[in-house]
Amino acid sequence: MTSGPRTLYEKIWDAHVVERREDGTCLVYIDRHLVHEVTSPQAFEALRMSGRKVRRPDLTLAVPDHNLPTTARLDAQGRRLPIADPESAQQLAALERNAPAFGIRYIGPTDAEQGIVHVVGPEQGFTLPGATLVCGDSHTAAHGALGALAFGIGTSEVEHVLATQTLLLKQSKSMNIRVEGELGFGVTPKDLILHIIGRIGAAGGTGYVIEYSGSTIRDMSVEGRLTVSNMSIEAGARAGLIAPDDKTFDYLKGRPMAPKGADWDKAVAYWRTLPSDPGASFDAIVEIDAASVAPTVTWGTSPEDVVPILGAVPDPDSFAEQAKRDAARKSLDYMGLTPGQKLREVGVENIFIGSCTNSRIEDLRAAAAVLKGRKRAANVKQALVVPGSGLVKRQAEAEGLDRIFIEAGFEWREPGCSACLGMNPDKVPAGERCASTSNRNFVGRQGPGARTHLVSPAMAAAAAVTGKLTDVRELMR
Amino acid sequence: MTPVRAVEGKAIPFGRANVDTDIIIPAKWLKTISREGLGRGAFETVRAEPGNVFDDPAYVGAPILIAGENFGCGSSREHAAWALADLGIKAVIAPSYSDIFSGNAFKNGLLAIELPRAAIDRLMEVAKTDPISIDLEHQTVTTRFQDRFTFEIDPFRKHCLLNGLDEVGLTLAMEKQIAGFEQKRELETPWL
Repeated sequence: MTSGPRTLYEKIWDAHVVERREDGTCLVYIDRHLVHEVTSPQAFEALRMSGRKVRRPDLTLAVPDHNLPTTARLDAQGRRLPIADPESAQQLAALERNAPAFGIRYIGPTDAEQGIVHVVGPEQGFTLPGATLVCGDSHTAAHGALGALAFGIGTSEVEHVLATQTLLLKQSKSMNIRVEGELGFGVTPKDLILHIIGRIGAAGGTGYVIEYSGSTIRDMSVEGRLTVSNMSIEAGARAGLIAPDDKTFDYLKGRPMAPKGADWDKAVAYWRTLPSDPGASFDAIVEIDAASVAPTVTWGTSPEDVVPILGAVPDPDSFAEQAKRDAARKSLDYMGLTPGQKLREVGVENIFIGSCTNSRIEDLRAAAAVLKGRKRAANVKQALVVPGSGLVKRQAEAEGLDRIFIEAGFEWREPGCSACLGMNPDKVPAGERCASTSNRNFVGRQGPGARTHLVSPAMAAAAAVTGKLTDVRELMR
Repeated sequence: MTPVRAVEGKAIPFGRANVDTDIIIPAKWLKTISREGLGRGAFETVRAEPGNVFDDPAYVGAPILIAGENFGCGSSREHAAWALADLGIKAVIAPSYSDIFSGNAFKNGLLAIELPRAAIDRLMEVAKTDPISIDLEHQTVTTRFQDRFTFEIDPFRKHCLLNGLDEVGLTLAMEKQIAGFEQKRELETPWL
């Protein structure tokens, strides 16, 4: 246990150590476990083979999201439509079988609360400050926005948590990213996190837990914070953290799974003790001036390949390291771009607004604000907007956002991971380009040969209108 | 888990940096409920490139893969470790790994050996003609040219690998401590 002033990370860590071994490995208690259909079947199967049970089904929540199609799930008579892809159907069936068999609460594809696990967790109040939360998905880092120590795990660890409600871990190093000042006109939390990844690199946070702090983060909404913390993994950090504050408590109050009554007051009093103490030390500190962040877009196939929208594709020869020069050449070849090309001259045929990074109501509002009274450009073949959950979808419809999207030529879909990753029917065709609000621009991520440019929801909307990567500020004046 | 003591044989000189888990195994292959058979989809996009090292007859059956920095970054999919294992890979040698991948590799008895850039460059050369030997007990990577590199590994992970220990079984033996923690937790943070 750390003595003296402690960081938020150290406080949560210390409160969850069941047993510390001599070599520093700790058995850490896990308060919350989100389970989805892709990374859990083998874990449940292993439990069955060894005759083991789920230790705390009451701390576990199962929601399918990754390979669910985002087209209608019920027919006109309200009957559930089958999933055409037999493998996806089999994986979904496995979760539908495993959850009740092991006593786990299951939110199914036709439930209003269904959505992307990282949208559902905070929305239901399943995610709480000071808790440890895991899921077999690397974007679990998102939940750190509420002050939960949250990280992605592999399937063997899923099995370990199911069976023991603990994990064997070593404490990570700590990094503090301090962001001060106001984000400029048209600049969003997504632009900030892309800028940060560009600054520290795709492996810059490896071995660290990142705590985001500073006035920019304090002034940011909880949904914006979720976007920032979500992409900590794109900088290599397994977890991101943001100190819980009144915004966090206001966000959580009254959510279905959040504490109630006397428990709520007790919880809030505890949560107020969590922020890093003055004088707590970090292993690394990065300072960012919010005013220096522009609307940002990726040009390559690593999330660190970022450039302001008014910038140009870099020359691979401009990189200091040979490995980076080689990687940049490969990236440009894959992306079909040339050094010096202006980003805002790059045409896009696909628009994707969604994913655990950017599918919450504020994201949809930001995109709709740009699209209102406008239409997608003729060269845009596919424009998808995929709400992060059924509740987000319902809220958006109550606000009339669905009409704005549909009138602008977008398809208004059912919640799920959709075109963020190429494992459900939503894909970007080979050789085509997509302005995407998702989190990864890896080779083949949105489908074989797909070319991804990561952007904010407002920037994706702007690209839909002009048919090319666009500085959204031009459409906001 | 089968105990692991040493890995010897040909090494695939892949060398690429930031190899993400979508490259190791694209998402479309994750729609399985088994851990087997993922080798078919391993490095699918790389294998579409003419002259790629994975389909080079010189490296058929190689148990070692050499790569660049930040190997296994991106998604937490353990399918990446399963796909490598299904390809017959028993050890990866790289300058650095993503945290999640190295954990997943360990849990499947796949060695994720970390060596400095200079050693990687040398092993990439050796791999073109000769085999490489990894000794987990002594934490060394050697070649027949008298190269000898030592690597670090977490002592607990090493112990588990050498003895083929099942981590879930080990933790279940700590039932008393876990139950004790849960009692304390119920009192101090009842809302959890």
